[in-house]
Formats: sequence, C-alpha cells, structure tokens
Amino acid sequence: MLTIRNLHASVNGKEILKGIDLQVNARETHAIMGPNGSGKSTLSAVLVGHPAFEVTQGEAIFNGQNLLAMPPEERSCAGLFLSFQYPVEIPGVSMVNFMRTAVNEHRKYQGKEPLNAGEFLKLMKEKQALVELDKSLVNRSVNEGFSGGEKKRNEIFQMAMLEPRLAILDETDSGLDIDSLRIVAQGVNQLKRPDNATIVITHYQRLLDYIHPDVVHVLYNGRIIKTAGPELALELEEKGYDWLK
Amino acid sequence: MQQYIDLFTQHKSRIEASCAPLLNQAREQAFETFRRTGFPAYRSEDYTHTDVPGLLQEDFGFYLNRPASSGAFPLAFHCQMLLQTAFSAYDVNGYFYSGEKNQPLPEGVFSGSLNVFAERYPELFSAYYHRLAMQEADGLAAFNTAFVQDGYVLYVPENVIIENPIQLTNLLIGNQRSLINRRLLLIFEPGAQAKVLVCNHTGNEQTAMAATQVCEIFAGKGSVVDFCEMEECSPQTIRLAAHYVRQESSSDVRIHAITLANGTTRNNYRVDLAGAHAELQLSGLTIADQRQRTDNYTVIHHQVPDCRSHELFQYLVEEQAIGAFSGRIIVAPGAQHTEAYQTNRNLLGSREARMYSKPQLEIYADDVKCSHGMSTGQIDETALFYMRSRGIPEAEARYLLKLAFTMDVLRGIRMEGLSDRLKWLVEKRFRGELIKCQGCI
Repeated sequence: MLTIRNLHASVNGKEILKGIDLQVNARETHAIMGPNGSGKSTLSAVLVGHPAFEVTQGEAIFNGQNLLAMPPEERSCAGLFLSFQYPVEIPGVSMVNFMRTAVNEHRKYQGKEPLNAGEFLKLMKEKQALVELDKSLVNRSVNEGFSGGEKKRNEIFQMAMLEPRLAILDETDSGLDIDSLRIVAQGVNQLKRPDNATIVITHYQRLLDYIHPDVVHVLYNGRIIKTAGPELALELEEKGYDWLK
Repeated sequence: MQQYIDLFTQHKSRIEASCAPLLNQAREQAFETFRRTGFPAYRSEDYTHTDVPGLLQEDFGFYLNRPASSGAFPLAFHCQMLLQTAFSAYDVNGYFYSGEKNQPLPEGVFSGSLNVFAERYPELFSAYYHRLAMQEADGLAAFNTAFVQDGYVLYVPENVIIENPIQLTNLLIGNQRSLINRRLLLIFEPGAQAKVLVCNHTGNEQTAMAATQVCEIFAGKGSVVDFCEMEECSPQTIRLAAHYVRQESSSDVRIHAITLANGTTRNNYRVDLAGAHAELQLSGLTIADQRQRTDNYTVIHHQVPDCRSHELFQYLVEEQAIGAFSGRIIVAPGAQHTEAYQTNRNLLGSREARMYSKPQLEIYADDVKCSHGMSTGQIDETALFYMRSRGIPEAEARYLLKLAFTMDVLRGIRMEGLSDRLKWLVEKRFRGELIKCQGCI
C-alpha cells in the first residue's frame, strides 16, 4: 500500500529525515516509536504534504501513485489520513460544513454524487456514535473550545467519516485520559478493514495495549534503526531507547 | 474647491428655490464654514488616507432642480434585502421617494422627505437638523449642508415601537458624472424603537458618481436603535459619509457599516455617549479587492459615567485594495465605570493589498475598563493545511475561511433575516458573482 524509499526531508534547511525506508501493506498496523525529536511527526507531516517540509531525496508510492507529487487535498482523496497531534481550531467554520465539504470532495474524486443534507446527517450521526462524540460538538466550529480529549475524538470521527485506506495516528494518545484513550482506540479498531492499514506514532506502550501493532519500528535521528514484532514495544517500555543507539 | 464656491454663489437661488425655508436657513452659515475651511486637507491628521480635495477636484455635474413631485418611486425597482419591511424609501440622486406599497406606520411617526418634515414639523426640524453636524467645523459636513436639497427623515415619538425594519435605498443613477448630496435625520424620542437598513447602489457601472452624506441620529433616553448601512456600488463611485450619533441615558444603539463593493469610501462615525448606561455597538465589515479603498474613521466619546461601547471592524483586503481604520475612543474626565472595547482584525490577501490601522484611546478617568486589539495578517496557514489534509481544495478552504472571518461582524446584526441575507451576498461576492441584492438594478 505504501512504499517509502530513502526518504530525506528538511525544514528551514535542517535535515530531519535522513533516509527512511518503510513498507506498509493492507491489513497491517505499524507502530513507529522513538524519543522526542527523532523525526516521527516530520515523517507524518511529509506524507500528508505539509508545505513547511521539503523532500530532498527519495520517494513515497501510495497505491501505485507518486504521493510526493500530489497536493495535500489529493492525498486525502486518494485515501491518506492524518490524525493530527495538535488538531487545529477553525473559528467560524462549522463542523457540519467542514465535514460535508470534505466528504463530498472525496465523493467527487471517486466519481460519486454528493450526499444530500439528509444522507449526510445520517452518516454523521452513525459515525459520531462510534467515538462517542458529544452531539453538541458537531454543531460548533471546528475544534473551537474542544477539550484535548474531544479534539482527539474529533480526529477519529473525521477518520470514520472519510474512511481512509491508510490512517496515520500522530501521538493520538498524548493528552488523553484513560477513558478517552479506550474510546479512541476502540474507534480505530472498529474502522479496521482488510483493505486498509494504520500507522500509529507514539511515545508509549500504553496505546499499543489497545491497538495491537503487527510491526514496531524505532525511529531515531531521522532513520529507522530497528524493526521487530510487537514484543519490541514492551522491551522499549522496560529499557528505554538508550540501548538501541 | 473654488468651482464649488462659485457654483454656490451663482446658483444659490436655484438651489433654494425648491427647498423648505428652514432647510435653506442652515445653508448660509454652513457655506461660510466651508469657504473658510475648505474640504478636509489630505494628510491632515484625520484624513491621512483619503484625499477629499483630490477626489472632488474635477468638475462634477449637480442636480439643482429638485423634481416637483416627491411622490412614489418612479422606477420598477424592489430591493429585497429584507423580506418584511415596515416602510421602504428611496433616495435617488439626493431626492426622496416613497416606496409604493407602504403600510401606515404607527401614529405620530414621520418617515419621509426632509423638506416635508421641515414644513410639517418646523419645531422638531429646528431642534434637530444640523445640531450634531455643526458641532465640528468639518468642511465635508459644511459642504453637504450648504448644497443639500433633500433627504430622508425618520421621527419616532416617545415609546413608539416599529417592529419591522425600515429600508432606505440610495441610488446613484445617470450618465453624467455627478456629485449628489444626501441627508439623513433619524430622531428617536425616549423609549422609541426602530431598525433602519440603508442600501447603497449605483445604476451605471461606467459613470463616475460622487455622493456626500450626512446622517444625524438622536437616540433618546431608553431608545433602541439599529442602523445598518450596506454599500454595493461600482468601482467609479466616491462615497464621503459622515455620521453623527448622540445617545441619551440607557439608549441602546447598534450600527453596522458593511462595505461589500465600492470605489472610494470614507465613512466617519462620531458617537457621543451623553447619558449614563448608554450602550453602543459599532461594527464594520469591509471586503475590498481590485483598487477599492475604504477608510472608516470613528470617534466614540464617553462623556459621562457608566456607558459601554463595543467596537469591531474587520477588513478583508485583496489584490491592490487599500483599507484604513481609525478608532479613537475618548473617555472624558469623570466618566467612571466606562467600558470600552475596540477590536480591529484584518486579513490581507495579496502582497499589494494595504491596511492602515490606528487605534487611539484617550482615557481621562481612572476607574474604567478599556481595551483595544488590532491584528493584520494573512489567512491562517495551519487552518488552511488542516482543511486541505481532509480533502478540501485550497481555493474552497480559503473561501470557507474568508466567509468565517466575515461572520463575526454579521452575526451581531439584530434585524431578522438580514445577517443571512448579507452572508448570502458575501458568498456571492467571494465566488466572483454579481452581488446585486435580488431585485436591485
């Protein structure tokens, strides 16, 4: 599904990613762990096309398409989704309007007719229940005044609405209390299908108790320095990262 | 400027011939003020960004012969900004016309021509006309008073409430470049309540039209006044407008200045909070592109204790357009417990767009709450990226963000249905469609 080869990226001339190789297949859940500043968030930002990062070398092929040549909106329509570490507040733009525009853009990309208001509200109601998102939140502006936990749930709600092929969860567990963590993880698990995949970026083992990875990678100083099975996460929890350096 | 002095001197009798004697009474003195001061000089402190003498330097035609009939509006024209109006009025090139299907207003209310008001209510006219404008020796207001031949008056007697809004449509029509002078006088006695929407349009995109407007609003004790003015004019239009507002105790006044399309616009707002517990909301929204210029100049004078003012002006300036905001708030000595809040937010959409902002707070009392905030920037890139990352194309995301920006001002409008209507116009504006409010020329 996603093949990354020798990916180098920099921000303001400073190289952050120094040659990433990664293969993610359908059905798989990958965890990317690593200490602060190792490049985890940069990797996710580069994949979804954040304009602040410059790719200097390498390639990323997503379902046969050259991902790095596509604008962010097209990457989304092609099935890539990032759950932001820090979801953005957009005062004045209602959740309903935001999501309806996004869903219909996706449908347009797929050659489908836009959803009418009734169909859309039905879909929204259904997906809201999945992450136990408070009804009143979808009537507000995007993320405005949402608590940390509500913002993260809202990310997973959007993920449920857009049904991506590949979802990247960037520190979705940070700032979550244990109940929210469970709800978010359950939401993610329910969205799993044989034809989609998930990349979980996290500091801690905690989230991986709920979302079980097939593969665990350790990112350090812009490179993946170790790849192993789920047992690696437990080992990291116990020993930290120092022994790997 | 000399051509206007000559014009007045030569044609004074023609200007006066069709006007009420009381209207003419104020003329001579105003003319003397104008002769002395001239138009406000460009680059003088209050006119840093609008060159009034330059704008009016070339010769403009004048309509000096007031039409004999100020009866019903002659053109098939129905502005539908509001679904339900209590009264519709038209000002065509400075002359008043009544709408066709007006229902009777509550007893004692006068809504009509300035000349008719002067004849029918001479005492009221003398008590109010030009009383606020004359306090400042402003050359523009003096010019208007010297040349004005007609206008619109709304007089709402004590405790009378007019539920539905009154709509005044100002039209500039003609194939000759012309200068017209318009007058508005709105008098609200104690306890009176009414809402006034003023729409400004031009009939011909090609002809340069200039308009001066002086609007005086008297908000009596405990009155509730909504005044919303919308401009949607051609790029050839020059609008020079001065608004004077006096608020007595416990009055509640809301003013909205919406500039959707224009050429060169200067709006002055001077509000005197003259009675305790008066409350003011003064808001403005400007959307400007091409080479449009909008300069809003405001003075809010807290003269007495215990008044509140909220000021909010937002500008969206794109292409080579220029926006200017000057917000002066004066808290007089002894005006304790004043609350005065001012916000000016501006979005610039291009490298060439310019915004000039000048907050100016003068506080001479020590027990007050005052704040001001100004920000000028570009569209929030993080929000833009967030939306794009959900599949929304960049142009659509920008459109949604711009629309959101305008809503802060529009949602403060208390006239039912009007903020939705304006939102609809703003949407059309952003999509580059014609934004004539439905039915308008």
